Amino acid sequence: MADLVKFTINGREIEAPAGMLAIEAAKQNGIEIPSFCYYEGYSLQAACRMCLVEVEKMPKMQVACTLPVAAGMVIRTETDQVKLARKSTLEFLLTNHPLDCPVCDKGGECELQDMVFKYGAGESRYVEAKIHVDEQQWSPVVFYDGPRCILCFRCVRACDEGMGVGALGVVNRGAMSLIAPNKGDHLECDECGQCIDICPVGALTSGPYRYLTRPWEMDHIGTICTHCSDGCKTTLGVRNDEIVRGNNRDRSGVNGEFLCVKGRYAFDFNKHAERLQSPMMRVNGKLEEVSWSKALETIANKFGEIRSRGGKFGVIGSNHTTNEENYYLQKFARQGLGTNSIDHHRTGDVVTLVDALSGTTGRLANSADFYERKAVLVIGSDFSVEHPFLAFQARANFRHHEAHIYTVTAEPVREDNYAARSVRVAKGEELGALEGLREALAAEPDLVIVFDDSIKGDKVRSVVEFGQSLGIPVSYCALVDYSNSRGAIDMGLAPEIGPGYHATGQPGMSMNDMLAAADLAALWVVGANPLENAKLAASKAFVVVQDLFLTETAQRADVVLPAASAYEKNGTVTNGRGEVQRLKRASATMGAKTDLEIIGLIAKEMGLAPMMGPWLPETVYAEIRKTVKGYDIPLPLVTIGAQQSTPVNGRVGVESRPDLVRSEHNNLFESGTLGRYSQVLNTVIEGRQSR
Amino acid sequence: MRYNDPSPLETPVLTRRFRLPNSQSIDTYLASDGYKGFERAIGMTQDEIIGEVKTSILRGRGGAGFPTGMKWGFVPRTSPKPKYIVVNADESEPGTCKDRLLMEFDPHQLIEGVLIAGLAVGAQQGYIYIRGEFRYLIGVMDKAIDEAYAKGYLGDNILGRGVKFNLATHSGAGAYECGEESALLESLEGKRGNPRIRPPFPAVAGAYQCPTILNNVETFCAVPSIILNGGKWFADLGSPKNGGTRLFCLSGHVNKPGVYELPMGFNLMRMINEVGGGIRGGKKLKAVVPGGSSCPILKADECDLAMDYDTVAAAKSMLGSGGVVVLDEDTCMVKFALRIMRFYAHESCGWCIPCREGTTWLKKLLTRFHEGQGQRSDIVMIGDLSKNMLGRTFCPLGDAAAMPTIAIVEKFRDEFEAHLDGKPCPYEHINAFSKSGLAA
Repeated sequence: MADLVKFTINGREIEAPAGMLAIEAAKQNGIEIPSFCYYEGYSLQAACRMCLVEVEKMPKMQVACTLPVAAGMVIRTETDQVKLARKSTLEFLLTNHPLDCPVCDKGGECELQDMVFKYGAGESRYVEAKIHVDEQQWSPVVFYDGPRCILCFRCVRACDEGMGVGALGVVNRGAMSLIAPNKGDHLECDECGQCIDICPVGALTSGPYRYLTRPWEMDHIGTICTHCSDGCKTTLGVRNDEIVRGNNRDRSGVNGEFLCVKGRYAFDFNKHAERLQSPMMRVNGKLEEVSWSKALETIANKFGEIRSRGGKFGVIGSNHTTNEENYYLQKFARQGLGTNSIDHHRTGDVVTLVDALSGTTGRLANSADFYERKAVLVIGSDFSVEHPFLAFQARANFRHHEAHIYTVTAEPVREDNYAARSVRVAKGEELGALEGLREALAAEPDLVIVFDDSIKGDKVRSVVEFGQSLGIPVSYCALVDYSNSRGAIDMGLAPEIGPGYHATGQPGMSMNDMLAAADLAALWVVGANPLENAKLAASKAFVVVQDLFLTETAQRADVVLPAASAYEKNGTVTNGRGEVQRLKRASATMGAKTDLEIIGLIAKEMGLAPMMGPWLPETVYAEIRKTVKGYDIPLPLVTIGAQQSTPVNGRVGVESRPDLVRSEHNNLFESGTLGRYSQVLNTVIEGRQSR
Repeated sequence: MRYNDPSPLETPVLTRRFRLPNSQSIDTYLASDGYKGFERAIGMTQDEIIGEVKTSILRGRGGAGFPTGMKWGFVPRTSPKPKYIVVNADESEPGTCKDRLLMEFDPHQLIEGVLIAGLAVGAQQGYIYIRGEFRYLIGVMDKAIDEAYAKGYLGDNILGRGVKFNLATHSGAGAYECGEESALLESLEGKRGNPRIRPPFPAVAGAYQCPTILNNVETFCAVPSIILNGGKWFADLGSPKNGGTRLFCLSGHVNKPGVYELPMGFNLMRMINEVGGGIRGGKKLKAVVPGGSSCPILKADECDLAMDYDTVAAAKSMLGSGGVVVLDEDTCMVKFALRIMRFYAHESCGWCIPCREGTTWLKKLLTRFHEGQGQRSDIVMIGDLSKNMLGRTFCPLGDAAAMPTIAIVEKFRDEFEAHLDGKPCPYEHINAFSKSGLAA
């Protein structure tokens, strides 16, 4: 931290670190210096000239965005000269701006509107013709309206510096200057839409959102993206119970304003035409729509009958459903159905990592660590593609703190572009490359080691041993695939482990065992698609599936129950770093019920309701707080969403099953079964090419 | 061989070889004291070389007139980074056409100046950034550089004296903005030619963020003579605080337009009447742009002054890059303002708002005004908009557009008023008449 210096702004004495930019120092002290091109975290431009201020002893006005404060400096931000400069800059800006605010998507939340309202002139002196160029579509999600563009170059920097993609640039000169996409007439990039969100005006607009609504007609619901395990907060714009937009302009949540294409656009599966809206039952070999009461009654009768004759149950939970639903499901399975055969698709070896770190605290990396630690070692993962938020954090860490990034991967990855060291190894040989990095890593002040499913079982223990032998503080992260993969294992969706990593000590079938067991009597699948690439051996088994769509598994079911999506329910989910965050209901779909409610209704039908307790997310969460280690977090803190859960302090005490761990390695445009139903993910050119 | 006949009033220093046969060749150059300054500089310390340049009171010939020796002194000599010498040969200021002659007729003088600058700061690599439209000069310079390599004046062990210096040309791509030093460096690095935030200045972080000396062609060309004949000799050629001679590019309505090398402080009226042979067709003088299109215009009665940096600055204009544009009484000043503004609107890089939008607005406004569609309030607005650009733009291009416009509106307001009320331009008639040959 630099020494504090004293200086004045508008006569007020202010203290700030020497060298801090005047615009930042002013902001921190509640003094607004307007600007367009200055954007915290990205390179300085000094291009918009809105932040001109008077500085005593300097002949000309200075731009506050490149002015380091110094002791004794006298800054004035509200003199006549400054006000006139702002007014005239805005007058210049509006000369070629089309002022089509009534039909502009940005109208109502436009920085140019706000600036002109506060600092601009009340009248226009411009009577010449405006420059016009036609609007361009760069991709299904990005449109560019050149005349509206004020050339602040935020989009260029967000794409280049923030995303490491660099798909945007500037063409032409002077007033004819335009932002241009990397492929001449279209974009090929991450399609993340950061450029659209960062645009202060309506120059860059979002394909799916265009002309759908006025911003003030929406409700804004902050919830958690349901796609990958990075667990980004996404603020959904909801109009008439329909989600029309995703962004995170309030910079809340662990991710700040970062969102990838999935977080920003892939909520659209929600209104896909094939969403299930009614329960279905197999009648004469065909699935037919039935009433909820009929479906529930059938399930309850069948489950009751199988339980009483001691038939084999198999229960498969989800990587997408909430902690409450997972907890409730395993409780039902274990206490209601009397089976320990409950599992889910495991995508990363969290169990072994937790065990290997037993006896220590604070060794599991959180989101902030990726931005704050001085070094990050990425093993196996194509980080930018599979974990775009964590990669964004690491990139920002490199940019702002000159952090050293190390990669050990089989294929070239984007991180190579700025990595301190990139090691290429054959797949499966990742562990062997670590020794070669020992000297460099041991010289770092601290380190995050992050690995995908190429490191599992004993290899996890080896990585932890390696990390602990470096003699520096190291935190770890086992990458997992989906929005609540971590929560699923925390809640005990595994035969060998109960909630909070307690060994159950009871026999039970794993997912693979269930599918292979010829004598399985009933298979209950909640929000998963195990039959996508597998066969169910038990041809006579009674199969119940809760899902949004008629997946391969649902097509095999005897009863299918339409489930609500993550955007249609309340609850909590736990991201890949163990940060528990809160889902908030944004919209409703006719006919579907939340998995929690469905499980509750089945329990009620079976007369198990008193044992299960109410199917209210808050009530179930209260029980989780009491029974699951690391989850004793009050809900208001979960809403802020940055609370680290520390699962265990002792050994897990059970053989983990690395053989069951298998990541799907979904890229930016895939999201398991769910991804198939997102129109955006299926229409962007990169999504089509990657299939 | 040169484009215009010399004037007996000239003091040929930089242009002294222009009339020698085959003046571009290294043999001609060597036969006329070529590379003698450099050879002398090899035996001097860095401080001695910079001291000599300081003594010469050589001021930057690109336009700003910053003392060259002082600029060279800013280079941190202990920096572990490589240092670069960059020649600004992006001569694009309307009215200025001297650097092209210096390169075309005496390319080795430039190379020698660069070599001495390299010695002065310990640089081993130089670049000559040549305006894209000067395609033919790239060939001329490349040939001269090849000759210098062949004769051992460039390379890894120059003249066997253990001096290393390599030099290359780099073509601009047609942007006036790239004549601004930081935009030039961006362009040299292969990026879009937008200016950089300063500080840091190029002396500290220039090409590839390394310490860099960046000067105009004419500035470098003066250096060999300074080292050979001494700084004092050069200083004495000019006027106080303005050392040496300068190449004035006399253009416009004079009888003998051309590039003339005259001592600093030469009287402007003498330049027009005696060097330039007076106003064409016996017309009266209306105004003079003293140093390229970005300089505020001088009215005829303001032109009896010494052409050095300080005197012209005292007259609220600038000596600039030496482009003296003479306008006779038949010139429409509204059209002249429009012509200048068209240039700046076309050349504004688009980086900052006031310049990008201001120049384009003024261009449109002046076009409309000149066509007789102006209103009285527009006259005030032209000045107003210019003042709203002045001092608020990212780089000096905005100022360059604003300053002449403000001066023209202030000094020739009557001509603007003559265009009001839908009246046709009063000068169009005269010009059409004279162009048709009927005037005689």
